[in-house]
This record gives sequence, C-alpha cells and structure tokens, in this order.
Amino acid sequence: MSNEDGDDGTSRRLGMAAIEVHQVSKRFGEVRAVHGVSFTIERGSICALLGANGAGKTTTLAMLLGLVTPSTGSIRVLGHDLLRHRYEVLGRMNFSSPYMDLPQRLTVAENLTVYGRLYGVPTLKKRLAELASRLEIEALMRREYRTLSAGQKTRVVLAKALINRPEVLLLDEPTASLDPDTADRIRRMLLDYQRETGATLVLASHNMTEVERVCDRVLMMRGGEIVDRGTPAGLIARYGRDTLEEVFLDIARHRSHDGLAATAT
Amino acid sequence: MMGLPKHVFSGQRIGAMVLRYLYLLRGSWPRIVEQAYWPTVQMVIWGLVTRFFVTNSSWVAEAAGVLIAAVLLWDVLFRAQLGVSVIFMEELFARHLGHLFASPLRPYELALSLVLISVVRTCIGVGTAALLAIPLYHYSIFEMGLPLLAFFTNLLIFGWAIGFGICALLLRYGLGVESLAWASIFAIAPVSGIYYPIAALPEWLQPVAWILPTSYVFEGMRAVLFDRHFDTGMFLWAVALNVIYLIAGAAVFLRAFEHARERGLLLQAGE
Repeated sequence: MSNEDGDDGTSRRLGMAAIEVHQVSKRFGEVRAVHGVSFTIERGSICALLGANGAGKTTTLAMLLGLVTPSTGSIRVLGHDLLRHRYEVLGRMNFSSPYMDLPQRLTVAENLTVYGRLYGVPTLKKRLAELASRLEIEALMRREYRTLSAGQKTRVVLAKALINRPEVLLLDEPTASLDPDTADRIRRMLLDYQRETGATLVLASHNMTEVERVCDRVLMMRGGEIVDRGTPAGLIARYGRDTLEEVFLDIARHRSHDGLAATAT
Repeated sequence: MMGLPKHVFSGQRIGAMVLRYLYLLRGSWPRIVEQAYWPTVQMVIWGLVTRFFVTNSSWVAEAAGVLIAAVLLWDVLFRAQLGVSVIFMEELFARHLGHLFASPLRPYELALSLVLISVVRTCIGVGTAALLAIPLYHYSIFEMGLPLLAFFTNLLIFGWAIGFGICALLLRYGLGVESLAWASIFAIAPVSGIYYPIAALPEWLQPVAWILPTSYVFEGMRAVLFDRHFDTGMFLWAVALNVIYLIAGAAVFLRAFEHARERGLLLQAGE
C-alpha cells in the first residue's frame, strides 16, 4: 500500500501496482455493502482483507474479480481498467473460495482439465501433475468432487486457483476446513508460490495467526469501509496489543487505537 | 475461431465447456438413458395411436407417419430447449457460476457451448427414438430427406431461443423458477399445429400460431408428407422468425449476465 493510503512507511517498493481501487462503492438496493474504498496493492505483496462478517470483504474480492460491478469508483488490475478490459485481465488472475463449488459429479482431474483449458494452460497434463504433487491431491484425481471432504475440496479449489500460474491470486479463507498440519503446509506452499513467481496475493481471512504469518499488509474493514491499514506489526504496535486478533477485536468493537472507546456507528 | 482474435472469442474455451458437459453426461448413465427415454415413450404411444387411426381415420391413413414424425420433431424442439436451460441449471445446482465467470470465459462463449451440447443431447434422444421407430412401426423419418434437415434446424434454433430466455430468468430469479425450464415450452404446443393443421385452431387463435416458427415447420412437415412438396415460403417464414427469436433470446441472456453482475447474483446463484 502506498503512503497516501496511510501506510506506516515500512512498505516495500516493488514496482507497479497490481491493484488500484479508487473510491469504490457498492450498493445492493438499500444495503450499502462497500462505501468509498480506496487502496493500492503493490505487485508481489501479500495483502489481507480483515473484518467481521458483513464487513464488505467478499464484495470487495468479487469486485476485484469482475463478478460484481461497482456502483461507483474505478478498479485497475495489472494496469487495466477492470470494467472496460475485464477479459484481458481475468486470464492472469485466479481465486479460491470455500463458498463456491466446482461441479460435483466431475472428477478432480476432469474439473482441473476443464479449468486448464478455460485458462489456456499449455502442457496441461504436466501442470496437473505438478499441482497434484504440490497440493498432495494425487490420490484424489480420479474421485468425484462430491465425494471429497471439506478439507480435500479446499485443496482442489486451490489447485484450480493456481492452474494458470496467476499474477494476482485472490483467496477467500484459503485454509478454511483444513487441519492445522495441512493448513500450515498450504500456507508454506502459497508463500513458496509467491516467492517463485512474484505474484500478488490478496486474502480474506478470519485466521489472524495466518494473516500475521503470511501477509505483509492488512486492510481492516468494518461496515463496508476501510477503517485502518498497515503492516501486521505496525497495527499491533499502534493499538498497543500483543496480537492481530486483539487489534481485530478492537476494530470490530469500535475501539480506537488510542484505547478509548470510539463512537459506535 | 478463424478470423477473430483469440482474446475475444476462443474455440478452446468453448471446447472446455463442451468437455465439461460431456464429462457430466459420460459420468452418469441414467442421464444418457433419460435423453432417449421420453422421446422413445412418446414415439411408442403415438405409433400405437397411428396404428389405430390408419384404419379409422382417412387423414392419418393418407400419410401414416404424420403423427410419429410430429412427435419426433416436437421432441427436437423440446430437447434443444432443455439442452440449453437444464444444462445451465446444472451450473446453478453446482453453485459454480462464480468460478466460471472469474475465468476468461465470456457469457457468449458459454451460450455457444450450451448450443453445441444441446445438439449432442438432442441427437442422442431423438435419434434413438427415430431409429427405434423403423423396426417398431416400419416408419423412417429419415425418408423425408433434406426437408427433415430444414425442419430439424429450425426447431433446434427456436429451442435455443426459448432456452436462453429461460436461462435469463434462472439467473434473475434463481432456482425458484426451475419448473419453467421443464414446463414453459408446453405453452406453445397447442398453437404450434403439431398434430393438426393451424386451420383447425379457433380463428382468433390462428394469428398467434403464425408468429411462431413451429407452426411453419409443422405445416411444412405435413406438406412434405401429404403432398410430397417442400413449401419454401413456409421454410423462409420459419427462418425469419427464428432469426428474430434467437437474437432476442441471446440479447436477454447476455443482458441477464450484466444484471447479475450489478446485483451480485453470480455469487449467490444456486442458493
């Protein structure tokens, strides 16, 4: 995030912005889902969107993917205006979410083959073998998606998310439903992927420990707005807390970083 | 696709979606059987009715295959429409639209893949019933020759147009309108002149029949079977109306995607 966004000054300068969001709002009828949100995410950084349920994280991610059209404002991804050039960007992005399924009656291999072709992945068989090995899903490849456990499905959806070696990877709760051991391995795998490719990762998560370990930037959302931002360590220091979870609770419960109770909205 | 930039129109992406639907079909033998089951049952019933009428109705006796041909061609329309709308419904059941449209897949590429898979499903379903009619009733619809291709194509296109309209409603209102996918086409059955001439309809209803391509197809079919004459005028009317309906259906379908993006429905679809 750039200084104009209120960064704490420790951000790495990694070149062009991967994502630029300017004054974006989204209303669904009377419901204000996102309001006047602006942020920039540098290429090669790992940024978290944090906030309680209904804070606007999923809507923000969906707008970054072009699945939801903003009511106002502009979004640029990899230098392209997402509204006007959506399809020039989508092939260079991908995402995973435990709340969106893949076709239940297709096998894992069939699902990944379909997505490999949708994204125009060259040497697809080789890529599928790499991903199967990396995500430890070799034994699942011939099984129908519907027969998998929640944790196995999460790994398969992650394989789909990595199939096109995305430059921008959006992850909605990437380790949901995973046991601590598998979750840790997935986190390492995502970090390795980011280091190898220089990809930009944006994740929405409720797992504060994960965010502290993985992310170099955090956007705190509440009521559809970004209410604070910074590095995990910077936010923890600013709020005088020991963990990001405590910072999260302060923000969710409308306590400001000077320790005084803020006016409830 | 030749002549079009790859990033605008991709045969590979359309092929990927067709492959997805072929995997679905291949992975479930009941689905394959179901394609042929109803067309075959209908053909058997109307074949038996024909046997009775051949000796009791001079009209049917003049062209013994008229009822079997009618039911098979009606099923072309029905299967083409189902091929589009029911397959689209599979994506809603699977809560899969979010992943699909976060990929570079365009809505019109999805529409083309639905059209292609509907041809496959229609050929499996109606083709099986048409082939079974040969040994069962000594009637081959294929003896109609090239006019059959003209009727088949027109009914396919009208089926797609209706299917796109239903997909738009599914996207807009969700699976609450699921029954429309199965039942809506029967609303036009009485005025399409499937088993009787349009002239048999009440006079006030006949103008309604003549705004449907199906009426021209079934009148054209009877002209071939009774008079051994392919009515080019009827054919051209059916084509012209189909062009209008297909453009309207595709436009409504594509507009529904823009609306879904505005309302966040691609995330919720299926719920």
